[in-house]
Amino acid sequence: MMTSNQSSLVLDRTMIVSLLLLVAIVPFLNVVLSSDSPFYVETYSVTQLGKYLCLALLALSVDLVWGYLGILSLGHGAFFALGGYAMGMYLMRQIGSRGVYGNPDMPDFMVFLNWQELPWFWFGMDHFAVAVIAIVLAPGILAFVFGWFAFRSRVNGVYLSIITQAMTFALMLAFYRNEMGFGGNNGLTDFKDILGFSLQDDTVRLSMFVASAAFLLIGFIVCRRITISRAGRVALAVRDAESRTRFLGFNVDNYKLWLFTISAILAGIAGALYVPQAGIINPNQFAPLWSIEIVIWVALGGRGTLYGPIVGALIVNYLKSWFTVAFPEYWLFALGALFVFSTLFLPRGITGLLQKEESA
Amino acid sequence: MNSPKLQRLTRYLLQTLTAISIVVLGVLSNSTSVLAQDDAANQIIQDLASELTHKKTASRLVAIEKLANSNAPKKTIWLEAILEGSLYMRKEDKRMVTVDKNGSRYSITDAITGEQLGEEKKRALRKIKINNSIRGTIRNALGTIALTDPDAQKRNSAVIQLFGATNGEVVEQVRELANTETDTQVKNSMLTLVSVYDLKEGSVEQKKAAMSYAEGKLEGELVNALREISESDNNDELRLEAKRILQVVEQKQKWYARAETVFFGLSLGSVLVLAAIGLAVTFGVMGVINMAHGELLMLGAYTTYFIQQWFPDAIAYSLIFAVPAAFLVSGSFGILIERGVIRHLYGRPLETLLATFGISLILQQTVRTFVSSQNVAVVNPTWMSGSWIINPAFSLTWNRIYIIAFCLCVFLLLLLLITRSSFGLQMRAVAQNRQMARAMGIRSSRVDALTFGLGSGIAGIAGVALSQLGNVGPNLGQNYIIDSFMVVVFGGVGNLWGTLVAGMTLGIANKVAEPMAGAVMAKILILVFIILFIQRKPRGLFPQRGRAAES
Repeated sequence: MMTSNQSSLVLDRTMIVSLLLLVAIVPFLNVVLSSDSPFYVETYSVTQLGKYLCLALLALSVDLVWGYLGILSLGHGAFFALGGYAMGMYLMRQIGSRGVYGNPDMPDFMVFLNWQELPWFWFGMDHFAVAVIAIVLAPGILAFVFGWFAFRSRVNGVYLSIITQAMTFALMLAFYRNEMGFGGNNGLTDFKDILGFSLQDDTVRLSMFVASAAFLLIGFIVCRRITISRAGRVALAVRDAESRTRFLGFNVDNYKLWLFTISAILAGIAGALYVPQAGIINPNQFAPLWSIEIVIWVALGGRGTLYGPIVGALIVNYLKSWFTVAFPEYWLFALGALFVFSTLFLPRGITGLLQKEESA
Repeated sequence: MNSPKLQRLTRYLLQTLTAISIVVLGVLSNSTSVLAQDDAANQIIQDLASELTHKKTASRLVAIEKLANSNAPKKTIWLEAILEGSLYMRKEDKRMVTVDKNGSRYSITDAITGEQLGEEKKRALRKIKINNSIRGTIRNALGTIALTDPDAQKRNSAVIQLFGATNGEVVEQVRELANTETDTQVKNSMLTLVSVYDLKEGSVEQKKAAMSYAEGKLEGELVNALREISESDNNDELRLEAKRILQVVEQKQKWYARAETVFFGLSLGSVLVLAAIGLAVTFGVMGVINMAHGELLMLGAYTTYFIQQWFPDAIAYSLIFAVPAAFLVSGSFGILIERGVIRHLYGRPLETLLATFGISLILQQTVRTFVSSQNVAVVNPTWMSGSWIINPAFSLTWNRIYIIAFCLCVFLLLLLLITRSSFGLQMRAVAQNRQMARAMGIRSSRVDALTFGLGSGIAGIAGVALSQLGNVGPNLGQNYIIDSFMVVVFGGVGNLWGTLVAGMTLGIANKVAEPMAGAVMAKILILVFIILFIQRKPRGLFPQRGRAAES
């Protein structure tokens, strides 16, 4: 027990250091080095890496509930997408009158649908502060309400997984509707500025990367704080023996509810950081398939550790980018095989191998 | 003693024989005379030849009327030929011919005998010219002829074609024909036609009579005519009467519309039950989350497709062969999945979920890569199309009826298999208490494989049914997997009856909500309802009780 704790401490610190190094080195390689240097990193790759870091934060949030609480959420894509939509709404308002229809009061798609005024939930979204509040509250409240009902009535195990999937599916159908006021199946796109700076600008893109890395780091530290705290210990107890923990007098439902909500907020932040770098948010982000894909990053990286999901997210997404360019036909084969392989042969993920060697 | 009887018998036999021979001879002579009569009657076209090709429209009209009123058996064909502009007269011998134009060449056939007469130049022929008044006359004539056609089906469609006609003469003719009409369906159509005309054009007395006929009838034309009267007739009495009748009719229509919604709901419910029932076995009985279930449905649908591709001449029987074939294909895939992957993951349901999801991705991509990423066309056999018309306001399409019946058959067979067969007994034993079942000599791992194969095979059968209803493509499974899980969880895991009730309930609820909220919103509402329902009753509508529920 001691050795595994120590090794996880070492690995956690390694992760923190490497994230810090990433924040320091990548801007250096991008800005200071000249473009013909072999170590030069293009801005495109910086943005790409920034997106991966957001996805890593998303994986971390899934791991917080799956790895430490035993709740397999197949709906975390929904929280990610809600954060993303909140950010997307802010970015849409930043376009102002530069849209195709040049309407300063409404986004293009509303003009296209002949709407007369902005729906109430769009009010205030042109202020960044309001957007930030929405980014935290939208996924947070959904998770809180969902969790409050689900945990109190003791829905757990696969049942919970299935209804989280139903939740994200229902949201996907809802967001596909034009009447919802979120751009229908086109989603929100054609962003121009963030905080008054052009999103096309190299410095802004680099800053987005740094912000993603910083939030991943903060998320990592928050998760670490939580997991080593008393609450984290109780969470582990819930994961391993829920009834026993309950009988010992702990209010299991509350622990579950708060961890689930925090995890959803982390996912929302990840979505909010992801959208300006990806340049689009649409209802596909609610697709059940995508939410399951997130789970496989965690499973491959190693659930129940905090560095595992980050490693898993980076590996799988790098693989995905490479496959979809080199062998687009075979990506689903590879992903499918990854699912089967990692559950059958790597129950503790890739980092599980690492830990075993170290502890031996 | 015997002789009088024998005599009587002989006499009787002789009498019968004579009678038969007389009848036979009569028929024979009659038929020859009929033929002769036909030829004589057909001769009329030759007699009318010069009039038909006359310069003046009036003379041509007279000739066409004569032709239409004649008893020539071929008159329908000729009138149609005139309409098409293919009836000509050969100038040299004034012979009437039908012409088959082939580019600039005119190959001609004798109008009466159908004898081939070779080719002629255009100059040697004279066409029967037509204009709008002639067209109108011919159409009316054809309608009248069809009204007296010996085939009831043709008579009926002739009447239906006349709906909306304002030509009083035709209507009077139909009114007379209705008195002697023997076929109830045709008579009904005729009376409807006449009543609609009376309601629109008739005197007050006629309108009253038509209304009393229309009372309780659901034909759309009658209802529309009544509505017109109730809104705009000058006579107050008639207006009120029409309103009263309409109220009753509308009440009836409302009930039939409700019945139709229930029927649509049941057929959607059957689809859901079919899609979910295999899952009810693998998830309900074994506790295995099989995310590849949707792809097993897809395999069944593709099996149907391939059977139709390989035997294009036997489309009518394709479904009958597809059912066992799909059972074998999906079932053996299921056993493969169980032996290869799931077996190693028992007791870890969340991992099983992920691994089977991986399998589902691989199966989808296999179809995309090796068959096509597009949807494929699965043919509906002709016996699946058409509908069963119960009354003008209520008809049921056959394909939906078949789906409901098929669903119930599959359900009952599965229920019998699980509750009455020794394999079913072993299956339930392993599900309830594996250790004890093994101790009683049941080979539990074999039962596991077969149970999973059974659930998968049933998914394959369901796929055959689904191939008849919607698109067959690589995404077919994805479209059903969430619905299937919802049905099983809603109904209560481990309970086949629960799955049936849940599927039908959700189907009907969906169809009831659809007109109110729109198709997508209805689906969202149902999903939200199920999510909330599971909070109230986490074990579904019919929870398992006792020891099995604890695991």
